[in-house]
Amino acid sequence: MNTQADTDTNTPANTDTNTPAAAAVGTAVGTAPGTNWPYLEYTGVDSLRGPLMVVSGVRGVGFDEYVRIRGQDGELRYGVVAEVQEDLAVVQVLEGTGGLDPAGTRVAFSGTPLRIPVGLGWLGRMCDGRGTPVDGGPPVMGSRTAPVAGRPINPTRREPPSEPVLTGVSVIDALTTFVRGQKLPIFSVPGLPHLELATQIAGQAAAGSQPFCVVFAGMDLTHADAAFVRGALEERAAVGELILLINTSDAPVLERIMTPRIALTIAEELAFVHGRHVLVILADMTSYAEALREISAAREEIPARRAYPGYLYSDLAGIYERCGRIRGLPGSVTVLPVLTMPGGDITHPVPDLTGYITEGQIVLSAETAARGIYPPIDPLSSLSRLMRNGAGPGRTSAEHLPLAAQLLASLARARQVRDLADLIGADSLSRTDRGYLDFEDAFYKLLVDQRRTENRSLADTLDRCARVAFTLPRSELTMLPDRMLPAGLPSGKEQERK
Amino acid sequence: MDAVTGAVRRVAGPLVEIELDGGHTAAMSEQVLLGAARVPGEVVAIRGGVLTVQAYEYTGGLAPGDPVIPQHRPLSALLGAALLGGVFDGLLRPLAGAGDWLGGSGGAPDATPDERTWQFTPEADPGDPAPAGTRLGTLAVCTAVEHRVLVPPGLHENRPDPDGYGAPAQPRLDWIAPPGQYGQHAVVARVGGEPVALSERWPIRRPRPFRRRLDSVTPLHTGQRALDLLFPIAKGGSAAVPGGFGTGKTVLLQQIAKWCDADVIIYLGCGERGNEMAQVVDEISRLRDPRGGGRLAERTVVVANTSDMPMMARESSIYVGACVAEYYRDMGYDAVVIADSTSRWAEALREFASRSGALPAEEGFPADLASALAAFYERAGTVQTLGSGRGSVTVLGAVSPPGGDMAEPVTVHTERFVRARWTLDRDLAYARHYPAVSWAASFSRDAAALAHAAGFGPLRERLVLILARADRLADLVDLVGISALPAEERMAVLAGRLVREGVLQQSALSETDGYSPDRKTAALAEAVLAVIDRCFAVARAAGPVPVESVDFGPLLRAREQAGPQDVAVVEQCRDTVLAALDALAGGEAPR
Ligand SMILES: Nc1ncnc2c1ncn2[C@@H]1O[C@H](COP(=O)(O)OP(=O)(O)OP(=O)(O)O)[C@@H](O)[C@H]1O
Ligand SMILES: [Mg+2]
Repeated sequence: MNTQADTDTNTPANTDTNTPAAAAVGTAVGTAPGTNWPYLEYTGVDSLRGPLMVVSGVRGVGFDEYVRIRGQDGELRYGVVAEVQEDLAVVQVLEGTGGLDPAGTRVAFSGTPLRIPVGLGWLGRMCDGRGTPVDGGPPVMGSRTAPVAGRPINPTRREPPSEPVLTGVSVIDALTTFVRGQKLPIFSVPGLPHLELATQIAGQAAAGSQPFCVVFAGMDLTHADAAFVRGALEERAAVGELILLINTSDAPVLERIMTPRIALTIAEELAFVHGRHVLVILADMTSYAEALREISAAREEIPARRAYPGYLYSDLAGIYERCGRIRGLPGSVTVLPVLTMPGGDITHPVPDLTGYITEGQIVLSAETAARGIYPPIDPLSSLSRLMRNGAGPGRTSAEHLPLAAQLLASLARARQVRDLADLIGADSLSRTDRGYLDFEDAFYKLLVDQRRTENRSLADTLDRCARVAFTLPRSELTMLPDRMLPAGLPSGKEQERK
Repeated sequence: MDAVTGAVRRVAGPLVEIELDGGHTAAMSEQVLLGAARVPGEVVAIRGGVLTVQAYEYTGGLAPGDPVIPQHRPLSALLGAALLGGVFDGLLRPLAGAGDWLGGSGGAPDATPDERTWQFTPEADPGDPAPAGTRLGTLAVCTAVEHRVLVPPGLHENRPDPDGYGAPAQPRLDWIAPPGQYGQHAVVARVGGEPVALSERWPIRRPRPFRRRLDSVTPLHTGQRALDLLFPIAKGGSAAVPGGFGTGKTVLLQQIAKWCDADVIIYLGCGERGNEMAQVVDEISRLRDPRGGGRLAERTVVVANTSDMPMMARESSIYVGACVAEYYRDMGYDAVVIADSTSRWAEALREFASRSGALPAEEGFPADLASALAAFYERAGTVQTLGSGRGSVTVLGAVSPPGGDMAEPVTVHTERFVRARWTLDRDLAYARHYPAVSWAASFSRDAAALAHAAGFGPLRERLVLILARADRLADLVDLVGISALPAEERMAVLAGRLVREGVLQQSALSETDGYSPDRKTAALAEAVLAVIDRCFAVARAAGPVPVESVDFGPLLRAREQAGPQDVAVVEQCRDTVLAALDALAGGEAPR
């Protein structure tokens, strides 16, 4: 459209004369505090359908711009430009278009993709899913703004992750250690205590003596769940180590598209500018993906598996990949997504594509939960792919990796023995095999099972690991170097002879 | 070249429609720059006056009416001495000098210009015939591979030809630069009137020309026993590695990148993890080159398009990788392109097709998915180069099937075009049997010929039979229990286990066993087969003895205990177990 012979007369009605200077300051904080709204408001709303609105007669509107919509009743809504063609803009309205009257609706385009203020001002704040404070405090201000879409990190500038984030949850710290800069999801099924676990981690996690904070982004939380999270994390918020963003179940669905991005934008500034190690918890990403599917359907895009859009992988990667460390900069961003697998199906697109992006996974097991064990983690199907980089001598302890390898190998063997015992009866097992059943009991009782408010030190956790391992005789502990084996440990051969 | 001659008309993510001013045209595959941020794009369709452009960077903020600058040349990559040891984005732009974050509002990585120079040694004389492919000299780039400066193909292609006589059939070398230090853009020769620089631009989608294809039965030694023994590929061959998440695709391909016996490695991270890229770059820059004594990085080119980088550059990165490989092939080298993962590339194709309103085929992929895959894998091959040398491109691609479903379109179509498929099995990976290469679901079309060429022929045949028989018996064992089987069958089950644990398992993390040269591979396989033979012999001769109770530990630990060259250690381990078997049989060696 370089031929500017456009009939300019089609668009003059758009100039909003009511709001001269006032609109420019219009930083309705929390809704789009980083934006300076133009005076110009368009009225040419052509069509409304589901979350989509088509505005005609626009000029110079760019793809992905942030949009403010003023309904006929004066109520403000916000949206994002999904497509522009000549003088038409397709806008995705975060609150949906319900109740909007095309005749009275006025639309302002911000001129840029959404930006938010960033900085230390966020610490200790509690907000809705769009970053508007709900804690009664003043709007969040910052000296700078940053685009919520983020920017790709130059892969040659990434520092490979090392150093652990300790959660105080024994089974995680011992067997699937979190590493600073890693992305490690919790795979769960509805009904299991994943939100409790995520909240416990949010409350307890630390990076040694280094500055640390948590951004907790809740999506599709019921009011009860939101209240639980808020209550449980109050203490951490009070000391300025927590930022809470909660999109509740009754909040606009499309708001969920923004929540994780806002959380990560806040986190990046705290990490790479202010030198903090930041843990970002995203719960529940399945709800996020459903919101994405809803938009995709409204736009009549060609669906891929189970009606999720074909770009689900890239979209999720655009979120999860924002973790990491950067050469020469302090701080780190570690991402912990929580997701529920519909029907417990790990091949469902959301857990499947997440697994293709993240560096391992922590899997919760309904069976373990049924035995009353918390956290009900299945260590055998869980894996932290970067654990070797974050654990071991100088990071956790020299004993850590051999102990973890030994416990996992022995647990695998214990599982086999248990299957065998179910078949032939425990009495027919060899003495060594029966030892494995005792080992498994000790494993869950001593190491895994833990109170929801219990914050275990690494020393305590590793001590428990050793005690669990040493329920087995020396001959079964082939992965432990001799120096780690206590003097009095039965060899196993003698035991078998008895 | 920088004149604004068009404007943006429509923007939907990476899909941009443009219109050119009257009198201006652009051809398919030509490069254009979009908007004030000069987002690079490529013309992928022309309908009436409207050109559809695939944008290679984030288009946020791009608006109808924004300026368009056609580049009047196809999307091409800069090939030259600066490639080896470098890390590049999906358009082959260096990432080294770019900032911590890429492309603010969509700008190109603002890389600092490469100021390095290299020592040029001329080898041809003015007056010599110099058709494309003629060797003009060498550049001292690294110790392990010599950079050969050739007359590039297509040198006379765009020359104005007012008389209609065509370019001279046999262009001659007019002038050649004296020995000295030159930068990558320096002109070092003139051939048939055209300057030859140390680097050239090549359209990424156009395969580089060669004289003819050659049949190759030279195995590519990967150093991974499961592959070299059971599913070998040839230099110039191609293989796909399908596997669900966490089954070990990346680790396996990285092992091959580190240890295979090709000359030049092109490692292409396509829509995968940033941390993984950082780690692989870190590792290869620290690894000593098994040949030449330099660093492995010196003969590696890394193309990094992580999943947070613009999606469409995944699409181009695949061709860029192939292009770079062909560039070294043309110098007479064996190059290997490793693409992790081709599924992310296919997703980029799907994303673009759906935005451009193309009719979808299976699972939303465009109908030409198969031909796009073919175009990539067909760039593999051993050829006689234009300069009459011999060079090859081997293509290895990871496939990430959604839900681990091996019947999905990318996996299914890829199988048709590759010479080998190394299927990674989730159950094996879950049982920590690494590499999780499934012996039942993998294939190599050239296995027999290649195993023969590597001297593994008879070994391979026996191993394949043993594994297949053990698999058949596994179901029976689950049903009736091992003790219910006759001795012969019990030995067959045992044999399967010894092959799996003693030969096929190979931890990438192991100091001693991460890489297994042919000698060690053969020694381990022979040792395990010798033990298996003795097991059968003992079971047959000595009646009902508990052969399974013998401690096979020494044999199974041999792969870890023996370093890459320690064949003697393997033999010792074998003899320990053979002695134990003999003792069981009553002291005398059964026949
Ligand atoms: N050959 C091997 N030796 C030792 N460990 C391995 C091997 N292969 C895989 N692993 C283990 O499995 C983990 C996952 O492997 P890898 O990253 O290669 O999987 P992938 O198939 O590339 O997964 P994704 O599709 O998610 O990228 C590794 O972190 C490592 O712990
Ligand atoms: Mg991988």
